[in-house]
Amino acid sequence: MTNINPETLSCPLPIMDHDTIQLSHGAGGRLSADLIDKIFLPRFGNETLDKLEDQATLELPGKKLAFSTDSFVVDPIFFPGGNIGELAINGTVNDVCMCGANPLYISASFILEEGLPMEDLHRIVLSMEEAAKNAGIRIVTGDTKVVNKGNCDKIFINTTGLGIVPDGVNISASNLQIGDKIILSGTIADHGMAVMTSREGLSFQTQVKSDTVALNSLVEEMLNVTKGIQAMRDPTRGGVAATLNEFARSSKIGIQIDGDQIPVKPEVHGACEVLGIDPLYVANEGKLIAVVPDNRAEEILSVMHQHPHGKDAAIIGVVVEDHPEIVTIKTGLGVNRILDMPVGEQLPRIC
Amino acid sequence: MKYLDEFRDPVLAKKIVAEINATVTRPWVIMEICGGQTHSIIRNGIDQVLAKEIELVHGPGCPVCVTPLEIIDKAIEIASRPDVIFTSFGDMLRVPGSKKDLFMVKSEGGDVRTVYSPLEAVEIARNNPDKEVVFFAVGFETTAPGNSMAIYTAAKERLTNFSELVSHVLVPPAMEALLSSPDNRVQGYLAAGHVCTVMGLEEYIPIAQKYHVPIVATGFEPIDILEGILLVVKQLEEGRCDVENQYLRSVKLKGNIPAQNIIQKVYKVTNRKWRGIGEIPRSGLSIREEYIDFDAEKKFSVGDINTMESDLCISGEILQGLKKPHECPAFGKECTPTHPLGATMVSAEGACAAYYKYQRLR
Repeated sequence: MTNINPETLSCPLPIMDHDTIQLSHGAGGRLSADLIDKIFLPRFGNETLDKLEDQATLELPGKKLAFSTDSFVVDPIFFPGGNIGELAINGTVNDVCMCGANPLYISASFILEEGLPMEDLHRIVLSMEEAAKNAGIRIVTGDTKVVNKGNCDKIFINTTGLGIVPDGVNISASNLQIGDKIILSGTIADHGMAVMTSREGLSFQTQVKSDTVALNSLVEEMLNVTKGIQAMRDPTRGGVAATLNEFARSSKIGIQIDGDQIPVKPEVHGACEVLGIDPLYVANEGKLIAVVPDNRAEEILSVMHQHPHGKDAAIIGVVVEDHPEIVTIKTGLGVNRILDMPVGEQLPRIC
Repeated sequence: MKYLDEFRDPVLAKKIVAEINATVTRPWVIMEICGGQTHSIIRNGIDQVLAKEIELVHGPGCPVCVTPLEIIDKAIEIASRPDVIFTSFGDMLRVPGSKKDLFMVKSEGGDVRTVYSPLEAVEIARNNPDKEVVFFAVGFETTAPGNSMAIYTAAKERLTNFSELVSHVLVPPAMEALLSSPDNRVQGYLAAGHVCTVMGLEEYIPIAQKYHVPIVATGFEPIDILEGILLVVKQLEEGRCDVENQYLRSVKLKGNIPAQNIIQKVYKVTNRKWRGIGEIPRSGLSIREEYIDFDAEKKFSVGDINTMESDLCISGEILQGLKKPHECPAFGKECTPTHPLGATMVSAEGACAAYYKYQRLR
């Protein structure tokens, strides 16, 4: 039998830094954060941008504006539960309203690939109209470019939204206080798994549907309970795990999550199990995580339960003094383990 | 969820933990073979609730971790060719070769695709007759039936544009190599449930007898792993060395015979290099002569790529259970999942990645 000498064992050197853009730079995890920290912030940084919120809040005479932009490049462009158009409206509405703002206006810019069926574009536009109507927002400016076949993937959409922040509202990822409660508005991983399971090449059929929806009416109800909501974000790319880690880092404080309280639909759970993917790292498009003062948490929760987009809301954790900038999650055995920031793309496992 | 929730029941789990801790009287070193088990242990905090006498060490059962550097370099060489569609399971894409990984090949314009089954790669070959479609066939006995079926299917359809880059490894020879090493500390094994599902239990009986180690085929959920540990601990305390089956809902004594047949039809046993361990005789699979047209190493003449591995990380010792990830000086510092120094940090199933992801507090 082979004699194993540990002194001779080896493994390869790493690729320490990427010279080119990788897909993982856009996945909302550690590499995305690296890109922002190393390339964008050093050149563009200012006191508004440096806050790294999902939207900029701008003081104008008599008004506080919320301003946010997002580009949508989803593949496939039609997926169970929605399409790229309504995603582009809802996504930006959600980014604007996560600071408590009432979204009013939105832009819509299209990059279209030569040969895109007119019928597809029409369907996308119809659903954008519908989504804007549902969110109570108006599409007031736009742009269209067409590129050669192969220079983009069917259709890319950029939307930029503008809203007004009500007086007395000051929501920021850096506001977390010890004892605050963490509320999640509903089941997780629906959107990410709907897109993943409908991509070409994945041959099993599931019932999983995207949760894409505008959350501004839910936020309004929550703010009617108290303007004292500390922090709020919609956990899109990188999922709940990324958002919680962003909160913990911005506020330099610890977060403790109870894994049993996080709602996951059985069919989503099943798809995640088959692919070996953790739902905590999967994107959502119609959920929010709010950090609220302990003494108002139950009241906010019961208001959320009355709203169609918050009926499965749950208190999933608490802000703690221990382990600053680290998120932990309690397992079924009662052990607290780390819930880390995702690295890059979620990779299905071999076996 | 049926077949999952009952094996994650926290009340039952705590009962088994109590039983294990009441049974153990002396220190024991138990190795779980499979990376999936390692992750379940760390993710659920099983190692933190067991009596301190029980030391769990993490085995070489992560296909990503043990695939040698030179095979990754061969994959990168093939995937970089303009006429090739290179298909792979997702978690092989981030494993660094000597210069780059498959993700970087993709960003440079290589057609690298993630598939969920090797038969999807055959489908891609069928739909792209003007391209060479290569599937990266890695893994243990678990993925071997599907991977051999892909070649068998392609041969039956006379597809000439499909081939596999094969780096299959077999578990029992690695277990034996570890046990016969002078530095061995392992006293009992949790065998990998899914490998046993395919291959059965019989090949473990001579190993258990020769080296006097209990071997328990074990599943992947917390209750499975705790039951497996309990069975091993009972044997150790009683001085027994039997092959037992915890994963009854999946593992049969003879395994899955049709799956074994297709493996034997297409692949043959061969010597294989393991990253971090070196060459182990008769520890892998390669393509049989009858199907040699489907061997990507031959088709693309990459057989002469021989990459030496550097010695800057201790993943070899970790794969053998000699050291724990946090004992590595680079762990969490120079070596993180974003910048892996070793394969154990790369894969979601790798022991270092599991430690990093779930236990950075300690």
